[in-house]
Amino acid sequence: MTGTLAAVGAGLAVIGAGIGIGMVGGKAMEAIARQPEASGDIRSGMILMAAFVEGAALIAILLSIFIR
Amino acid sequence: MSRNIYSALLIFAAILFSFPVISQDHNHDGHDHSGHNHDDHAGHDHASDQGEHGVSCGHGDEHHEYDPAATAIHHISDGNVLSIFDYPLPLPMILKSEAGLEMFMSSKFGAHFAGHENGEKSYNGYVLYEGSAHRVVDAGFPMTGSVDLGHGAFTHQVVNIDGKDKTLKYVCYENKPYKIDARTTLDGGMLGGGITSFWDLSPSKNVIAMLLVSLLLFFLFRGAAKKYKEDPLKAPSGVQGVLETLVVFIRDEVAIPFIGKGKYMKYFPFLLSIFFFVLGLNLFGQIPFFGSINATGNLTLTMVLALIVFILVNINGKKDYWQHIFWMPGVPGFVKPLLAGVEIMGLFIKPLTLMLRLAGNISAGHIAILSFIGLIFIFGDLYGTLGNGIGTVLAIPLTLFMMAIELIVAFVQAFVFAILTASYIGAAIEEHH
Repeated sequence: MTGTLAAVGAGLAVIGAGIGIGMVGGKAMEAIARQPEASGDIRSGMILMAAFVEGAALIAILLSIFIR
Repeated sequence: MSRNIYSALLIFAAILFSFPVISQDHNHDGHDHSGHNHDDHAGHDHASDQGEHGVSCGHGDEHHEYDPAATAIHHISDGNVLSIFDYPLPLPMILKSEAGLEMFMSSKFGAHFAGHENGEKSYNGYVLYEGSAHRVVDAGFPMTGSVDLGHGAFTHQVVNIDGKDKTLKYVCYENKPYKIDARTTLDGGMLGGGITSFWDLSPSKNVIAMLLVSLLLFFLFRGAAKKYKEDPLKAPSGVQGVLETLVVFIRDEVAIPFIGKGKYMKYFPFLLSIFFFVLGLNLFGQIPFFGSINATGNLTLTMVLALIVFILVNINGKKDYWQHIFWMPGVPGFVKPLLAGVEIMGLFIKPLTLMLRLAGNISAGHIAILSFIGLIFIFGDLYGTLGNGIGTVLAIPLTLFMMAIELIVAFVQAFVFAILTASYIGAAIEEHH
């Protein structure tokens, strides 16, 4: 039973990260559309932010693996 | 000089520390979580076959229905043989138990072509099960010399101990099951591997992959360096062109923006080493039918990389960096201890996420590919040969798509590792605001 709950927790964490990365990507695209000349800076910032968001989700997934 | 030391340290430490494998044993508990006990339908009618464990022999693992989770875990785990097109290439074994230190080649385990990396012989009490060495712990098994086990000698059983499912593994010899132990892990069993009867210090297939990639990078870069030495102004040709593009990309997109124009040269070789090492291993793991290497998806390897970054960042930390951690300026007094607590946690969470991100992304990609290939066998179990056909038709485009995505992920993850390392270094060496 604990295994199932942990899987649900991992899924919830992934939903959160999905929303977060989606927002990061969407806003970055908007910013590039507004200012195409700054696309290089925006892209590296986007990847960095997406990596941070992903990090939070990965901690949750790891916890759910170990709690199982 | 110091930059060369970091680069050498990186490669050397990664190889050295990765011998005992953690991530292999994380997965032992989850080995059969889909819940079917491999032996509860194995026929209790022939009770004479059963040993003291209630495990029956004569029914090897291979006769049971396809288990996608266990297959995926097996293929992303580290191993003591390197399978090329299902032919298990032997690797050296270094095993330590209370019986002493032993060194031999894993060909002694007698794993055959298409034998699922299961050995058909035991050697000095060690057996090869699903690609990794195990040691027989039950009394009565001949612990010296080579013993013939025959085909399909392994079986396993899921038992419930203290509310947790544990997979116990057995080897059958003369129709009696003997319990086998997996290797002791670097973490001493903290993360679920369990404390067992032996240490496996062998250079596993991940170590071989790391050595091959390091050698390849060495020769590629030496060739490029030679060309620059001959004529620095000549247009780059061949591999040199690819390397120059990537090096300039790392310099202009990673090193200079995050570390600063004046200071980046001290850390640039380290960033390049880490980028090319991770990229090389990511791409190496994408080669089909070549050992199913998952080196950068292995938590031990990424832990060592993250540890090196952690040490590098903190020994180069300036006064401002430590001040911002322990006594944040510019906030009210009562907040300072709270922020110090958060910042100290952040100190360790940064390398932890670095470690998890790389391993998680690469392993997840491999599991996705393996799951798509598993469709062939899942449909085959349902509808026979027709099902195999349906599965193949579904699996080929999905797998190709996934592998294309994985190529992007290989680059993006190497880039993210480098860019995060650069940003941590940049934050640590910043002098003042």
